[in-house]
Amino acid sequence: MEEVRDLFILALLGGGALFVLVASIGVVRMPDLYTRMSATSKAATFGAGLALLGVVVDADHLGTAARAIATIVFLVLTAPIAAHMIGRAAYVSGVPLWSNTIRDELDGCYDAETHALGTPEDRPARGLRTVRGRRLEGDEDHPAPRRRGR
Amino acid sequence: MTPAALVHGLVLPVLGIAFVLTAVRAVRGPSLPDRVVALDLLSLIAIVALASHAVAERQNAYLDVATVVALITFLGTVAFARYLERHARRKK
Repeated sequence: MEEVRDLFILALLGGGALFVLVASIGVVRMPDLYTRMSATSKAATFGAGLALLGVVVDADHLGTAARAIATIVFLVLTAPIAAHMIGRAAYVSGVPLWSNTIRDELDGCYDAETHALGTPEDRPARGLRTVRGRRLEGDEDHPAPRRRGR
Repeated sequence: MTPAALVHGLVLPVLGIAFVLTAVRAVRGPSLPDRVVALDLLSLIAIVALASHAVAERQNAYLDVATVVALITFLGTVAFARYLERHARRKK
């Protein structure tokens, strides 16, 4: 029974390390900041959660397990917030998208000054300025987005 | 093989490779947000390493270190993001 538990703990720790390794490969190989962030914010958080779950299984006191669970909860709560803030700051400060990006749904819809969201049609009326100063035109496969319901 | 030997033989080397790869991105950039994302990932790698070490050495104190690293990294990332955004707004 003890061996089974050890095996389980090792699987959790090893799985966590592998997910973090995959995230770091993604950070090196992905073409732009936004795709790199999708690697770190999902795979790496999941990997850290797995490793801390290994600590929970290994814990011989309730206090240790509770601290590990608290750390997991904290990571799962804060990782999306941090990724969202970094992504918005990068977009507003003009970090370029990958050249093969198919569509930038925020283009023309986001005012860098006031952080107001709107549609491209709203732009003249509300005086919205785009972050990249580029109009959404679209092509046959990817038409420009229609105005969504009020 | 004991769990401690396996952690030191397998888990920590994998984390070392991940650390080096992420450090490459932190050095190369090219933009400041790239470096912030890489530093964020470095701290997550440190958290996994501390958790593995806590299990291998039967030392619960390392778990507290992991919690504190998670707290500080979140604050640091949020501070960097606010700084970047204010800087971008002032430039316009």
